Parts: sequence; structure tokens; C-alpha cells
Amino acid sequence: MVLVYSDNKNVFFELLHGAHDLAKHFKTPIVAATIQNTISADDLISHGADTVITITTDKTQFKVEEYATYLKQIIEKHKTQTILIGSTKNGKELASRLAALLNTGCIIDATNITITNNTLQANRIAYSGNAITTMQFTQPPYVLTIPPKYYTALKPDTSRKGEKTTFKPQEIMIPSKITEVKTLKSEGVNVEDAKIIVSCGRGFKNKADIKLIQDLADVLKGRTIGCSRPIAADLKWLSEDHWIGLSGHKVKPKLYIAVGISGQIQHIAGMRDSDIIVAVNKDPEALIFNSADYGIVGDLYEVLPKLTNAIKEKMG
Amino acid sequence: MNIIVCAKQVVDVSEIKIDKTTNKPILTGIPVKISDIDKNALESAIKIKEQHGGKITVVTVGPPTVKEKIKELLAMGADEAIIIPPPDNSDYFLVGKLLAAAIQKIKDFDIILCGEASIDLFSGQIAPRIAGELQIPQITYAHKITAEKDKFIGERNLGDEAVTIESTYPVVVSVTKEINEPRLPSLMQILASANKPIHEWNINDLFDTPPKPHIKQIAITGVSMDRKNKIYQDDIDTAIKQLVEDLAKDGVLG
Repeated sequence: MVLVYSDNKNVFFELLHGAHDLAKHFKTPIVAATIQNTISADDLISHGADTVITITTDKTQFKVEEYATYLKQIIEKHKTQTILIGSTKNGKELASRLAALLNTGCIIDATNITITNNTLQANRIAYSGNAITTMQFTQPPYVLTIPPKYYTALKPDTSRKGEKTTFKPQEIMIPSKITEVKTLKSEGVNVEDAKIIVSCGRGFKNKADIKLIQDLADVLKGRTIGCSRPIAADLKWLSEDHWIGLSGHKVKPKLYIAVGISGQIQHIAGMRDSDIIVAVNKDPEALIFNSADYGIVGDLYEVLPKLTNAIKEKMG
Repeated sequence: MNIIVCAKQVVDVSEIKIDKTTNKPILTGIPVKISDIDKNALESAIKIKEQHGGKITVVTVGPPTVKEKIKELLAMGADEAIIIPPPDNSDYFLVGKLLAAAIQKIKDFDIILCGEASIDLFSGQIAPRIAGELQIPQITYAHKITAEKDKFIGERNLGDEAVTIESTYPVVVSVTKEINEPRLPSLMQILASANKPIHEWNINDLFDTPPKPHIKQIAITGVSMDRKNKIYQDDIDTAIKQLVEDLAKDGVLG
């Protein structure tokens, strides 16, 4: 069977659709493992699961040590060959720990999964986006995590039929506990789906100057504001949902305007799939220009208001 | 408090060029360094040692050239280092096994610190694999940590929420790049570190029957970023006018 799990509901639904080809090839059902009182069996079936195993436990809060042993018990009981896990931060640590418990390999952020010579292989991005590697398992079980939005979820079909079972795992004692969960500051920005992104970096001298970027975003019909690492992580001028880069969000808008961003490879890794990249920087040697379609060498405090005006005029 | 820091030598990804004839990234002959976030892990270890005393041991799976780079970590404040040469075709399964076996051989440890991921491949498998091998708690993506006498507290940064975990010792912790600013060693520290021990352990010291990798890399393709690189350097008003024309022509303003 192909076993699917994610701690994120939307990613879970995407994976159920993505598992379809693998399940068909191995002639096995798509089995969703869910924790009691989290995502319902009916929801999972209507999104493509053939079987749902509801894990009966009172541990409804994700805790990697516990969830890894639950999945391990299911995998060993059913001799599961392929395990797909949503590549959230929890999903990555879960897959890696699970792979260690199963004594097997694991591919994080796998894409383009295929079966060649009767074994499973997948691609993944390496070297900050400078390369794509193809990795092949030598033997099952195959543990993989799949990036969010790599597959699209099926439209839910409530007439779909599936098997519902429960599984009572053997609980383990782990000498650690969750003591607090708090929501991190968020401005509700979704850079990953943005069509146009204007992004600011360390070239901005004060928090108040972010308004210059906001003005440009406004004339581009209120498009999304992004930023590089220092602005979100160090200075905290913008919340982390704006952060674009290797450890922030990966984006692919049709237009990406980077203002006052030097162009560290970690930032480039987050925006290199943009259709058109524009850079504004006062340093003609700034790395960002190597990755730009168009660039203006100049002081952002002079360029930005003028650019905003010029675009406003052009767009009427 | 005895702390183990896992470190990895990586190629400097910003120096990678793509070979136009083979369409593969050129990975030899470019600078190598200790993966940035591993230095954040070491900085965290040093701060804990300053507070509680103890010993910091760096463990790495890496080629002979790693020795030079490991000296930087000793200069920063690690007390000793263990280098394990990687077997051919190592994968995360194998490296996880090697590190876990080395840690068990060290025996006396309270905290195992790692970077959240290495900056070359960015998988983040190693910390959870070590914790899984040793069957101990893990706290990954920690952006705040506190080591108390009897318990360790770490706050995990999941992007939209922060989850605080309290654990007994021993515990495996992976830290983010934001947790601290790794120190630069002084000349005195660099000189003083010359006598710190660097041990080399072999896979055969750790296993009677060495494990075999489970995943092999069968292809690598370079991804070159072809951009127009039209950079305006002169008059800003002209440049802006031209740029807006370009963008309109590309149809990306609407």
C-alpha cells in the first residue's frame, strides 16, 4: 500500500491525489493514516483515500516521537512499501525520524517520483537551486516528503466509497512535552500565490521607509510585499510570512522586484523561478544583478518614488 | 554539561558554476566551508558551556580536507573533534548511523546540537535521524533555547506558530540560523586551538558489519538561470522610463 500522512489538511489532500499513479503502478490501495479527532475519515475518502486508518489515541497534538512510532507500527503491520508525508517542518522531522526507526532511506522535498527498474526514484533540488539531483532507492520501504502545492487536491467527491478502520497503537513514554503553542506574528500574507511581488532588503535604513515599497505595491494594484532575511528574521520589520528565501518562502510570481537586496544565494533560491526579475541597488557589483532581467543602479530612495510614479502613469 | 555538535563541510554554493557543455554543476575546485548553520549550533553549545561548564565535542563525517575547517570550530570554542571519513556513496541513512554510533561511543553526552539543515542540500534529516537511532527526544528548528540543570527548553519556529518543548537530558536539538550570531575566534584562540585533539575514527571502529546506503544519486543536472541582465547604470530618469517600457512589453505589469 501507499501510506499517506500530513499534519496539514490541505497538503494531505494534495498527496492523496499525488499518490494515485504510484498506487496504480504497485496495484495497491491509497491508505491515509489520521489521528483520531483531527482530520476525518470521510474528508480523506472524498479526497481520494481508498482506506483510512484512524489511529486511536488521545495525543491529538503533533509530537514527532509519538507519531513516528504510530506510523512505524502501521508500516510494519502492513509491510508498507511507500510512505508519502507532507513536507511541512513537522513532516520533515517526522519522515527523517521514521526513516531512522525503519532503517531505511528518505528523500526530503521529493518531486517527479517515478518507478524505474522496479525501484522508486525522485528528484530534489540541491545546492541552493543550482542543480537537480535524481535519487534512487536501493530497497523499500521508501519514505518521501512532498512539498506543499506540488500536487493539486482533487475536488471532494462525497459519493466516493472507502474502507474505514481503526488502529490502537502501542504508546511510548517520551521524556519531553509540549508546554506552550503560540501563534507567531503574521500579517496574513501569502507570497507563494502572489503574481507580483515587490521585495525589500537591508538597503532600507528605517522601518518607516518600508512605506516606499508599499506605495509601489499599491500602484501595482495592491500586489504583495516580500522581503529578504534581515528584514523579517533579524530586524523583524515585517512578519515572517513576507520572508522569501531558502529558509523562508519559495515564490514564482510573473514579476519580482527586489529593492535594496544584495542577492545572497539563499535569497535567490527563494525567487529564482520568477518569470521576470527586476533589481534596484546602489552597488553596481551587487550579486542580485546577476540574477536580474532588468536592473537599475541607483539609490533606492531616489529610484523608488520615481519608479512608482512612472508605473502609475503607464497604467493610467 | 557534555555537548556534541554535529558539523558538515560543504561547498560554497554561491561559487557554483554550471558547465555549459555537460550541463552539470562544477563541484570540484571551489571553496569549501563548514555549513553556516552548524556554526550557529556550535555558538549555542559554547553559550551553554559558559553557563554550566562541561565539554564540547565536534563530530563530523567528512573527507581528509575537513581537518582544516574543523580547526575553526576548535578555535571558536569546541574542546575536541572527531572526524569519520565517509564511505563511498554515503547517504543520510549511513551518515545518521555513523554519527549515532560515534555518539554512543563517546557515551557521556547531555545535548546533541545540529544546524536545522546543511546549506548545500538542505534536507534537515540528520538531527531527527540521530534522535531516532538513539530513541531520545528531538527539538528541531529551535530559534530559542534554554539549558537548565535538569531540563532543556526549546522553542520550535514553525513559521506560523512557535511550539515550546521541554525535555529531560539527553536531547537532540537542531537550531535555526536566527538563533544567534556565531563568534569569530581571536588570534589568541586560533593559536591556542592548535593543541586541541582531533581524532579520526573509522567506520570499522564503529561497526562489525558496516551498514550500506539505501539511496544513491543517479543523476545531477545543473540549473542555470538565464536572465536578460539588462542593467541601467546611467541617468535614473531615463533608466526608469526604459524599465517601465520593458516591463509593459513583457506584459507583467497588469
